[in-house]
Amino acid sequence: MAYSDKTRGMYSDILTGLQDAGLFKMERYIHSPQAADIEVEFPSGSSLKKVINICANNYLGLSSHPDVVKAAHEGLDSHGYGMSSVRFICGTQDIHRQLENMVSEFLGTEDTILFPSCMDANAGVFEAVLTKDDVMISDRLVHASIIDGIRLCSAMHDTFKHSDMAHLESKLQLHHDRRLKMVITDGVFSMDGDTAKLDEMAALCEKYDALLFVDESHASGFIGKTGRGTHEKYGVMDKVDIITTTFGKGLGGASGGCVSGRKELVEMCRQKARPYLFSNTIAPPVVAGVIKVLEILSANTELRDKLEKNTEFWRKGLTEAGLVLKDGDTPIVPVMLFNAKLSQDVSRGLYEEGVYAIGFFFPVVPQGQARIRTQISAGHEIHHLEKALDAFTKVGKKYNILGKSKQEIIDMYGM
Amino acid sequence: MEEMLEVVREYIIEEYVEDDSEVTFDTPLISGGIVDSFSMVSLKRFLENKYNISIPDDKATPEAFDSVNKICVLVKEYIA
Repeated sequence: MAYSDKTRGMYSDILTGLQDAGLFKMERYIHSPQAADIEVEFPSGSSLKKVINICANNYLGLSSHPDVVKAAHEGLDSHGYGMSSVRFICGTQDIHRQLENMVSEFLGTEDTILFPSCMDANAGVFEAVLTKDDVMISDRLVHASIIDGIRLCSAMHDTFKHSDMAHLESKLQLHHDRRLKMVITDGVFSMDGDTAKLDEMAALCEKYDALLFVDESHASGFIGKTGRGTHEKYGVMDKVDIITTTFGKGLGGASGGCVSGRKELVEMCRQKARPYLFSNTIAPPVVAGVIKVLEILSANTELRDKLEKNTEFWRKGLTEAGLVLKDGDTPIVPVMLFNAKLSQDVSRGLYEEGVYAIGFFFPVVPQGQARIRTQISAGHEIHHLEKALDAFTKVGKKYNILGKSKQEIIDMYGM
Repeated sequence: MEEMLEVVREYIIEEYVEDDSEVTFDTPLISGGIVDSFSMVSLKRFLENKYNISIPDDKATPEAFDSVNKICVLVKEYIA
């Protein structure tokens, strides 16, 4: 047996180290469908607790929407469970291409290619379209999946300070001699909930002849007047060259992702992107579910409008309660606590009050910027949000952080 | 050398430091987490433009770029 006691001990020590450092991740088992009201088993083996979920990416409340569930059932019946093949051998059905066309229509792009996840889309896209003669210039706060994709690509890589357009411009000037320049950003940044200044970025890309890449995973379906995304919000629907996004968040929340954009770039992914070439694509029932999601969102803006109203209500409520928030207008609303232990204590306190929200701290967010990241959904009703606000007020009082400034909280609890 | 040390230190503060952290000539830059390996390319290109040199990729290692002092030693090797 190669897995000796010595090897086992080595891994046990690493895992113990993670526990000692407070970095060990524990899963909480949810016994109900994903929704505003869920039943949770935590810690493992304990009796079920009904809580309000304010930490899911279920922005539009579509994860368990009856029409989506029904469509997935019908897709299962009509197209089967799996494909047992990658796309280019015998793993492409009519509904895969139908979904690609619908995504292009929805995002306002030329073409789309599906990936098993947006993580895979980001892992595959850069190496498929860039070479060592090119440069990728990314915002310093882009998602981890983009960083992994960049690592897999032979092009030169540089970064610009978060949302700093003057710094981005200096980088475009610095790298003027590369064959291609690609500016890379998230549309909505997942930890802070702020949006990329896509109008300014698109203008810079035009000025310096650079491609613009945007990950819209926390935007597709609800950012912009009709929910098309950050490029709609900033009026640059035709100026973004590559969009990656996920079907695992607002767009039904199951799984899958895509690259959407200029048709030649999408075709390069179809020919060269390794996660596309060497992995099955999205399973038929999920494809059928996402098709229904896009039909719902294309019919009217009811859900994204409700989400916008819920977000306004939530931000106003938290502000009036005296909590420190990150500025923004997206459904990602971080409640700033600054101290890592305090973020864990508040999260635990909220759970005891029947509200499920997670504390994030270094290294997931920068040192001294620990927070509870709340995420609002169109699946929330006002009574959910009122109850969650009551819980925040009660727990906030307990830790004496209501009405306190950032500095006062840091003075009390440290960074 | 003194002037070069100041120029490089100032560039690093301007380019990479986003709080009030102090950077001395010996502060560990890469291993200390101030400059991530992804952003090293800017530093390399800055040095090449500023001093009109070309630093081979295999010499521009995280170790060679790990402090202002080390960077200046490397740069001096390539200044004619």
